[in-house]
Amino acid sequence: MAIWIEEDAKVLVQGITGKQGMFHADKMVEYGTNIVGGCTPGKGGQTVELQGRDFPVWNSMFEAIEATNADATVIYVPPPFAGEAIMEAADAFDSVKGEGVIVCITEGIPTLDMVKAVAFVENRPGVRLIGPNCPGIITPGDKGGAKIGIMPGHIHAKGRIGIVSKSGTLTYEAVAQTMSIDEGQSTCVGIGGDPVNGTGFIECLAAFQADEQTEAIVMIGEIGGNAEQEAAAWAAEHVTKPIVGFVAGATAPPGKRMGHAGAIISGGKGTAEEKFAAFEAAGIACAKDPSELGAVLLESLKAAGLR
Amino acid sequence: MNIHEYQGKSLLKQHGVPVLEGVHCTTVSDALSAYDQLGSKVVAVKSQIHAGGRGKGNLYAPDSGDLVMEGGVKIAFSREEVETYATNILGNILVTIQTGDEGKLVRNLYVESGCDIAHEYYLAILVDRENKSVLIMASTEGGMDIEHVAETTPEKIHKITIDPNAGLLGYQKRDLGLALGLAGAAHKAFAKALTSMYTMFVSSDCAMLEINPLVRTADDNIVALDAKVSFDENAEFRHKNWDELRDLSEEEEVEIRAKETGLSYVKLDGNIGCLVNGAGLAMATMDVIKLYGGEPANFLDVGGGANEEQVKTAFSIILEDPNVKGILVNIFGGIMRCDIIARGVIAATEALSLDVPLVVRLAGTNVDEGKAILAASTLNIHPADDLAEGAQKIVKLIGGGQ
Repeated sequence: MAIWIEEDAKVLVQGITGKQGMFHADKMVEYGTNIVGGCTPGKGGQTVELQGRDFPVWNSMFEAIEATNADATVIYVPPPFAGEAIMEAADAFDSVKGEGVIVCITEGIPTLDMVKAVAFVENRPGVRLIGPNCPGIITPGDKGGAKIGIMPGHIHAKGRIGIVSKSGTLTYEAVAQTMSIDEGQSTCVGIGGDPVNGTGFIECLAAFQADEQTEAIVMIGEIGGNAEQEAAAWAAEHVTKPIVGFVAGATAPPGKRMGHAGAIISGGKGTAEEKFAAFEAAGIACAKDPSELGAVLLESLKAAGLR
Repeated sequence: MNIHEYQGKSLLKQHGVPVLEGVHCTTVSDALSAYDQLGSKVVAVKSQIHAGGRGKGNLYAPDSGDLVMEGGVKIAFSREEVETYATNILGNILVTIQTGDEGKLVRNLYVESGCDIAHEYYLAILVDRENKSVLIMASTEGGMDIEHVAETTPEKIHKITIDPNAGLLGYQKRDLGLALGLAGAAHKAFAKALTSMYTMFVSSDCAMLEINPLVRTADDNIVALDAKVSFDENAEFRHKNWDELRDLSEEEEVEIRAKETGLSYVKLDGNIGCLVNGAGLAMATMDVIKLYGGEPANFLDVGGGANEEQVKTAFSIILEDPNVKGILVNIFGGIMRCDIIARGVIAATEALSLDVPLVVRLAGTNVDEGKAILAASTLNIHPADDLAEGAQKIVKLIGGGQ
């Protein structure tokens, strides 16, 4: 079943005619994602060639969703316009079909634009936002699958481990760790490293808990904020599947932004130590080194009688 | 991005928030003319640096390291005192709880008129990550360390959350004013100042607007006596005036240079340089170095699509740090292909005549090609298959932990 995105989900690309959008749209088609076209205002009626096939471009998300009945959209629009691109997609999904998944890859969106966009999306309960500043979401299939984002598709395989993470390459690391113990993934979600984002850890944990395909979860956090602590407390009450965790930034100095806009220890809060402690208190098996995630996961699977 | 108090106050004034008359100075004679111009019997002579705790900080001579004066913010009752304080501040090093032991050279001074204070309050506007909205925090305990207030008397901190669709509403302003115990003219003045501050926060894309203290004067005015303003750097594209407000001397030169080439770099105190793609993985790499007994010299994220040139720049930035005794490269290729990284690493080590041990861990897209390129090179590059092995190798190569 996987979560939110089925293997054959119909996907639109916002900013498909731009350099980034076209590059990644091509990679998604190559992986097997069911791309149904794209949207670039002013370029409606044109087509874009991906992997030797032509894909239609629409002027607006309303037109695009009406024409394709798309399930999801992925945004590669530059930061000044990305907040509005999210709201356009949310409005269109809500008006046309009452539901849809928006994946925003763009890094560098002003925080106040995201405050506005997140409130806009939350007013439309059928619409889900993933990101921004994230690698996207992938549901590997038996053959191909739905890769919606910038992650390298070939490192994944269909399986029973759900992965949720704030970081891009660290998610790939976690994927590789599951593969090292011969486990595949149900769905991998990058929720992004910005201070204000859409879908959070708790929603991902709830969806993985409810998903039949998912039998264990890997959760990767980083310094800044208290989303990990809240998720850990929630998991202790609601998640029965084994969870394995890691938090990046144990050596990060306070008050310094570590690459991601949200990765900052401020006023002594949001440290890796705090987050690891919250994980452990919630019974989440922690790896202190991401190279050990596979081994810790294997142990947890064995303890749960899953191996 | 942080700005100085005097710049923050100028912005507040533009938005209609009451501030006292003041003059920005860079020399002692500037400070004396400012005193003459202000015509106030009492003035505050305030060090301008991008760090808090100035009042309780100490000034040291840059050459001898001798203590020059206690307190980076002084109240002067005469022209002579202005001269003494300005002389003791400008050109000296101010060390506060926020600057670290090395302190900061003070190049700017703000001379400000005095006022008759009836009470000091605390007020801050910021983005609340948990509620995903703008939050206003206020307290009757102004002029103090707010984190201390939050710990000892949390009931004295009042918060209002702004609905982004509705903005700051009238009842919220009234309620907050009442919670602070304000009444009459002061209550009205507070509501007006708060509206102006919120407008400034949103229109200027602030990350933080902190007024500590915000004061009620003896004649029931509300005045911003301090101003700590920082901006959300993601919004730089729509604020052309930020270039003028930016004080590059307050920022780490090498971090600015890294940013200009698309790299994200933070200097640390250890001796193992790191070059990684992705912020999370870069932090994890530092953590694992420490876990195996080493100390990371830096955080460095080359980003998702780095090219050969950026890899070279990254190496040269790492090597500028004289503490670096070895380098660990950790790349998980997604968009970035390992063969391109391998070529970049070889080109950079040759161009920079690298003479410290180098461990390279590659994974992901085109990893076999990347490893083959490194193996074929005659350079002294140590390969590693995973992060733990990479960290253990580099720690061993530099002769163990510190």
